[in-house]
Amino acid sequence: MQHGDSLEELRVTPDKYLPHRYAGASGDFNPIHIDPEFARQVGLPSNILHGLYTMALVARASTQAAGGDPAALRRLSVQFRGMGFPEKEIVAKGEVREVRDGRAIIDTEAEQDGNRIVRNAEAELSL
Amino acid sequence: MADASNAIGKSYEPFEYEVGREKIREYANAVGETNPVHLDPRAAREAGHRALVAPPMFAVVYSAPALLPALFDPEVGMNFARMVHGAQEFVWSELVLAGDTINTTASVKDISEREAMTFYVFESVSVNQAGTEVVRGTWTNIVRGG
Repeated sequence: MQHGDSLEELRVTPDKYLPHRYAGASGDFNPIHIDPEFARQVGLPSNILHGLYTMALVARASTQAAGGDPAALRRLSVQFRGMGFPEKEIVAKGEVREVRDGRAIIDTEAEQDGNRIVRNAEAELSL
Repeated sequence: MADASNAIGKSYEPFEYEVGREKIREYANAVGETNPVHLDPRAAREAGHRALVAPPMFAVVYSAPALLPALFDPEVGMNFARMVHGAQEFVWSELVLAGDTINTTASVKDISEREAMTFYVFESVSVNQAGTEVVRGTWTNIVRGG
């Protein structure tokens, strides 16, 4: 891994019921994520993905770049911008910014429909 | 906004969470993990782990409940109707395995206003049964209009 390398893209299309499964798995049952009617009542186009679910996809893409060892992911910092929706493909990607002392810093993000829903993300991997 | 700056530095009762094997599998399946160390106890042992390994982002499962008293603290006074989760950071140390008991302590790291938004920054520190830190989280919530 060296400066300028691109991470292998992770492409995932969460199905209609993914937010329900993620709600159960994570314990976050905020109705904006699981109830389209409620989401519309509070001014959203529909129910939206959990930001921390999308962050988990960025974490997977980063860990995969380090050969899949979960202990390799030392730090992940993200900003949530825009909304993610079920039934549309998400692409998590990144580029190696720096490799030094057995650590790599990756600039990473997740986009959906050309909208960068996780941005300014930075992952630190031990190599 | 009431003067919430008094709440900066405040910390809350630790939250204890016992990590179950099937909860790890449920979480790993929900986020689409494919690494067998998160799904198959035998593969985890063959890879040198005592038990099934929690994916890094499983941190939200055992640490988020510790944040609840901070989020609902009247002294913090966060307006949920106008709140969005703006940013998140995790810094990992030791791996978390099935059977671990994790204690997480949350605190208010900062509350600040800029550009008609209030930024509420909370920190969580999680340690395992040996007292070793496993993850440190920084949770930033943004409330528009203060």
